[in-house]
Amino acid sequence: MNNRSSFRTKLVSSPYIVWSVLFIIAPLIFVVYYSFTNSSGSFTLENIEALSKYIPTFLRSIWFGIVATIICLVIAFPLAYIISQKTDKIQRTMVMLVMLPMWMSFLIRTYSWMALLQDTGIINSLLAKIGIGPIHMINTSGSVILGMVYNFLPYMIMPIYSVMAKLDRSMVEAAQDLGGNRVAVIRRCIIPMSMPGVVSGITMVFVPSVSTFYISQKLGGGSFDLIGDVIERQFQQSYNYNLGASLSLVLMVLILVCMAVMNRFTGDEEGMVI
Amino acid sequence: MKDNVIIDLKNISVAFGDNQVLKDLNLYIRDKEFITFLGPSGCGKTTTLRIIAGFIEPDEGEVIFDGKKINNVPPHKRQVNTIFQRYALFPHLNVYENVAFGLRIKKTPEKEIKKTVEEMLELVNLKGFNKRNIDSLSGGQQQRVAIARALAVRPRVLLLDEPLGALDLKLRKDMQVELKNIQQRLGITFIYVTHDQEEALSMSDTVVVMDGGVIQQIGTPIDVYNEPKNAFVADFIGESNILDGVMLDDCLVEFSGHKFECLDKGFAKREAVDVVVRPEDVDVVAPEKGMLCGVVTSVTFKGVHFEIIVDIGGFKWMIQTTDYEPEGAKIGLFIEPDAIHIMKKSEYSGIYGDYSSFSEEFDELSNAEEEVEE
Repeated sequence: MNNRSSFRTKLVSSPYIVWSVLFIIAPLIFVVYYSFTNSSGSFTLENIEALSKYIPTFLRSIWFGIVATIICLVIAFPLAYIISQKTDKIQRTMVMLVMLPMWMSFLIRTYSWMALLQDTGIINSLLAKIGIGPIHMINTSGSVILGMVYNFLPYMIMPIYSVMAKLDRSMVEAAQDLGGNRVAVIRRCIIPMSMPGVVSGITMVFVPSVSTFYISQKLGGGSFDLIGDVIERQFQQSYNYNLGASLSLVLMVLILVCMAVMNRFTGDEEGMVI
Repeated sequence: MKDNVIIDLKNISVAFGDNQVLKDLNLYIRDKEFITFLGPSGCGKTTTLRIIAGFIEPDEGEVIFDGKKINNVPPHKRQVNTIFQRYALFPHLNVYENVAFGLRIKKTPEKEIKKTVEEMLELVNLKGFNKRNIDSLSGGQQQRVAIARALAVRPRVLLLDEPLGALDLKLRKDMQVELKNIQQRLGITFIYVTHDQEEALSMSDTVVVMDGGVIQQIGTPIDVYNEPKNAFVADFIGESNILDGVMLDDCLVEFSGHKFECLDKGFAKREAVDVVVRPEDVDVVAPEKGMLCGVVTSVTFKGVHFEIIVDIGGFKWMIQTTDYEPEGAKIGLFIEPDAIHIMKKSEYSGIYGDYSSFSEEFDELSNAEEEVEE
């Protein structure tokens, strides 16, 4: 009986195990393998040594990622709070609106921003009509970060909203009852209790922002090379899989370090949400 | 009569959509008393409590606290604190910080916070629990933290919304005694909401029996038990046999085809009335000695007594007695004049009091449903 049920458990979980071996563990092993070998397959540390010249790119990627994440958080937190306060029907509609852009291709969304931001683009031609501008917007660090914020904002809103929507109304009432005005209730009750959502939101925005490559090419015009662009080029143009792999490996380690630091700051019991 | 009134509710009406929850409710609450709102779910007792707390603004009427109208005063500015049904403790804070919550908002000096929190935890017998996580506490302990948290801000009035509903029977009895002790020691007003009549009777100075958004009776526990105003109150508080009767004269009533002496006066001649006889006030005697005679249809052993159902002329009486009477036995009933209580007819007449469809199990089921609803 016992044996059979454990066999069944194994059977049920086998697709997941196969999946993770094929698509998670195996690629990771390949990344590590390529990082420490050269094109002929023998062990070397050359790839890792070659990384020093990419330090500014790494720093820029992380910096952009941090800025984009903070902006997302600043926008998403109040928005999620406002949504969670509405009636069920309005909540559903507003969540739909948040998700709506995600139904369109990432590429199309980014191309649309090009059309909006160009020197002769839609925004500048509107501004020209009222006698302002043109304002140079595309190919700046600002436009790259804007692209990140726009594309990854839903990933910040959704986890925060889903935690807030489940908050027990009576907690808020208890906080009011004990003398908390609006500000105190938000600061001492709603913010701390939404932390699990905030942590997963930060993870879900920061990780793709740091490793993105497309946004910086299209909205940065090539002058804001991010680490994702460098990795892409190693694979697509230089065919230097080994350098590309070592870049990815280091990026992964850096992201893990950043997440660990953040988890330390936001309290441990919520756990790692990576 | 109306001296040292702390809260005065005047002509309060509340509706949620089409549902009229409170209808023209009038009630005053004296300082330092233990008052209980008692009634079935949906009777408006929790709504009344939430009006006092400030979470609901009445559609009509005035809420007066200490002589001032407070209809528009938000909850955080009121000198009342609430113990919530499911405690509503903050899961992100430990026991100490939960109790300190209200004091921190008031920007109390740290030293004073420490003193008050220790004092409160001692009051509720949770000394040494400071660092404990809320999730690691049992239901009874969480309950105590909730009490300490509410009392730490020194409210004038403590509101308790079915606070013992989630505890098991033994713990509930202990907490009843403890709450009463705390109330007397601190000398503040407790407003308690419950659907448990025993809880209401054993703790309160005053019981307010409610149904359908209307106060049915206000009185001391002894009054509402011994002198229920109508069939609803008689049925809801304790068990009772409620019969149709006719008042023949002062102190003389006829029901079940027999004339009884009683102590009630002031009714019109031949006025139709409701007669209440409590099951424990009926003496079981030999059939020939009884004023009434009937056949036992069921016997249930209750520990302290037997609960027997007796069929008398089609009406099923409940009687609690320490003598065992087997099912099918013919027995006589003897009722003393002071065991008979006469009530005026009301909208509740005829709904309650007959134990024909009495079933313990059914009772439990409907109780369980009630708790889920709230």
